[in-house]
Formats: sequence, C-alpha cells, structure tokens
Amino acid sequence: MKLQRLLLSLSTSLLAVAALGLTPLAHADALDDIIAAKTLRVAVPQDFPPFGSAGPDMRPVGYDIDTAKYLANKLGVVLELVPVTSANRIPYLTTRKVDLVISSLGKSPEREQVIDFSEPYAPFYNGVFGPASEKVSKVEDLAGKTVGVTRGAIEDIELSKIAPASTVIKRYEDNNGTISAFLSGQVQLIASGNVVAAAILAKNPPKKPEPKFLIKNSPCSIGLNKGEPRLLAKINLLIEQGKKDGSFDRISQQWLGSKLPAGI
Amino acid sequence: MRYHFNFGDVLAYYPWLIKGTLLTLELIAVGGVLGIALGIFGAWARTSGPRALRAVFGAYVELIRNTPFLIQLFFIFFGLPSIGIQMTELEAASLAMVINLGAYSTEIIRAGVEAIPRGQIEAGQCLAMTRLQIFRHIILRPALQKIWPALSSQVVIVMLGSAACSQIAVEDLSFAANFIQSRNFRAFESYFIATGIYLVLAILLRQVMRGIGLMLFPAKVPR
Repeated sequence: MKLQRLLLSLSTSLLAVAALGLTPLAHADALDDIIAAKTLRVAVPQDFPPFGSAGPDMRPVGYDIDTAKYLANKLGVVLELVPVTSANRIPYLTTRKVDLVISSLGKSPEREQVIDFSEPYAPFYNGVFGPASEKVSKVEDLAGKTVGVTRGAIEDIELSKIAPASTVIKRYEDNNGTISAFLSGQVQLIASGNVVAAAILAKNPPKKPEPKFLIKNSPCSIGLNKGEPRLLAKINLLIEQGKKDGSFDRISQQWLGSKLPAGI
Repeated sequence: MRYHFNFGDVLAYYPWLIKGTLLTLELIAVGGVLGIALGIFGAWARTSGPRALRAVFGAYVELIRNTPFLIQLFFIFFGLPSIGIQMTELEAASLAMVINLGAYSTEIIRAGVEAIPRGQIEAGQCLAMTRLQIFRHIILRPALQKIWPALSSQVVIVMLGSAACSQIAVEDLSFAANFIQSRNFRAFESYFIATGIYLVLAILLRQVMRGIGLMLFPAKVPR
C-alpha cells in the first residue's frame, strides 16, 4: 500500500515536470515547439467520411488522418489526433489545443481573417459525374441528357442556371435517391459532390461515376494559426513534395477512388 | 412572431404549380381507371374465379395492403432495373398507383359482391343466363352501387397518396411545392398553397366520382 502511494506520487510529480517542460513558451515559434515537443497535434473530423470517421477499431481513419500521418512522418514527430466537429475545429486551433486543423476545411474570406491556410491538399468540388461511356466534358455536352441531382443542393441551383434547355434535370429528395437513380440507370449522369461520387465508388458498383466537369471548386486546405510563417512554409513545402512524389495520389486513390485531379 | 408572409414569392413559380397539378390529375386518372378495372377483375377472381387465380389474388391483396406505398414505388423504380425492367418515373408512378388501388378496390368490390343475396343469383340461373351475364348484370352492377361511396373515398386516398411519387422525381403537385420551397425557403406559403390545391382537387374528384355513380346507377345512389 505504502509503496503504491509512493509510486503514484512519484509518477504524478514526474508527469508535472514533464508537462512543464513541454509547455510551449508564450512567443516561441510553432514549428520549433512541434519539433521540441516531438508531437504534432492535429484536429481531424470524426463524422465526415471519407475525410475522417471512426474505423472498425474506433480509431479515426480517412483522407485527413492520412494527410496528418504523412506530415507527422515527414516532420519526424509523433502524431496526436484530436477529433473535432465542424463547428469547433477553428476554436480548437485558435486556443492552441492543436497545431493544425486538417478537417476538410475550405478557404473563405471570413475564415482567412481568423486563421491562415496552406496550399490545398485535397479535392472538394461539386461536379457532373457519369460512366466512361458518356462523352461529356463541358456543360454544353449535357444537351439532351438526363441528369440526377439532390433537390435544393448547390449543384441543383447552379446546374439549373447553366444547363442547356434540352437537359432534363431530375431532382431527388436526398443523396440516396440521387445515387439510387444513377445506379439503377434512371439517369445517365449525376451532379453531386466528389465525396458522394467517392461513396458510390467505394461500393464498387457496375456503373462508375467518373468526374466529367466541375461546377464549383472549393478544395480543402490545412488551417494553422496566424503569425506562423515558418510553420506555414514548412507545411506548404511538404504538401508540394507530397503531390510530386505521389503520396497524395495514393491517399486520394484510397479514399476518393481517383488520383488527385490536376490543378489542385 | 415576426414572420412576414409573402405568397407572391411562391406564386411567381406558378408554371410549376400548374404543371404539378395537371400531372397529379393525370396520375389519378390513369391510376383510378385502371386500378378500379383491376379491382373488378380481382373481385371476380376472388369470388368466382378458378381456385389458382383465387390464391394469386389473395396473395396480391395481402402483399399490397400490408406494405407501404412508398416502398412499393421505390421497389418498382429503383429495384426492378436491377433485373432489367427499366421504366420512366411516370410509368413507375402510374404502375404503382394501379397496383395499389387495384388491391384495395379488389377488397372493397368483393365486399359488395358478397353482399348480393344468393336468391338473386339463382334467379339469374333460372333465366338461363351465362355465368358472365350473371356476374355482369346481377352481381357487379348492384355490388358497385352498394360500395360506390367507399370506392370513391379510396380513389381520393390514392390521389392524396400520389404525393409520395415526388420522391422519385415525378414532378407532381408535391414536387412543385418541395421545389419552390427549396428555391425560396418559403415553407409556410409553399405548403399552404399546395394544401389548398389538394383540398380543391379532392373535393372535385369526389364530385366526379359521384357524377360517374349517377350515370352508372341512375336509380339510386347512396351518398
């Protein structure tokens, strides 16, 4: 009993010392802090497949998690994943509970006032998808085609404006309706997010929705705190390297079913 | 409550509402006529048909009356293409309505048929009428007359149930209301107007059914 208590108090004080040593100094550079702490803390989504969701063993898996792993690996530090929701991912960063937010975050003017963004690391777009047999590469090619969309979604609103008059737009109640309509051949093409198309591809159906053209592009970037130019430069460098050496192509192939599209 | 009603925003989409209303009418016209025809055949099959046909229609009635209309519709539209039966959403919606009304009207009309006194049928046999003649003149007509109000109600129910067809992108009245609501977010106004149109359609449909009843059975139509 005595020995146990002694051990307990010993370990507690050891932990306290360790914690003190690890606490970043107020105005130190974030990159130095990460290297010194040998830990990269990353906010990742937990409820947004294929970017981040709980795997079979309840550990997070997905595109964002693999991106975080890649960065931690290149930095030579241990990765610490912090699951967040889309509402609290930016507060986690600004209160310095995490070093980076890799949580399918898109750039927006409002967000750029609060945090900095890296170069894009993942594709996120709305577009028209269809099987290889459909020769469609621009909106004019939709003339006479039947396209399924989810009613009221951004791609419904946009496509309704730009599609040729002879295009038949079938509007379904939700993404499942749109997916079913595509798979059962009720529509030739669908307009949806690349995430939805990836979800269809993941089921390995006889009909594969391949990207035809973009309607709206808002790729994901890594979020980090303002005033950290060295960290930003390092992350951008690693992203660029990852795009060149095929690391991101592999991640994209695994989670989105296709290589990283050109121009991202 | 600081909500400013704006019906103009919804009425600006009037072509969708008109198109939707016409399509709903078209669906119930096709579904009603063919559904009742199927019901009449079903009632004959279940009361005087061959044994095998009785069993088939018995199973059909149980299957349709004990499953949701929406699932039947989805099965026809999304499910059947997997085994090579492809149809447009309008064909699928019409077929689902015919099958659905067919099952319910089979049972309603069968009730009328079974309410025909045995002596009436025997009278027909004494007059050397054929089985078909007996069914047509002695059984079916009085039977339909007896159950006409119940059948009218069922037709109205199926017409209102056709709202489910908007789920497979049939651009009916419900689709129009949903569509307008998703464009201008005027939920109250969109559904209020759709409710009004459905109400008018239901009342009109009931009058039409009553008119048909008066034509078919001039002697006495129970209301």
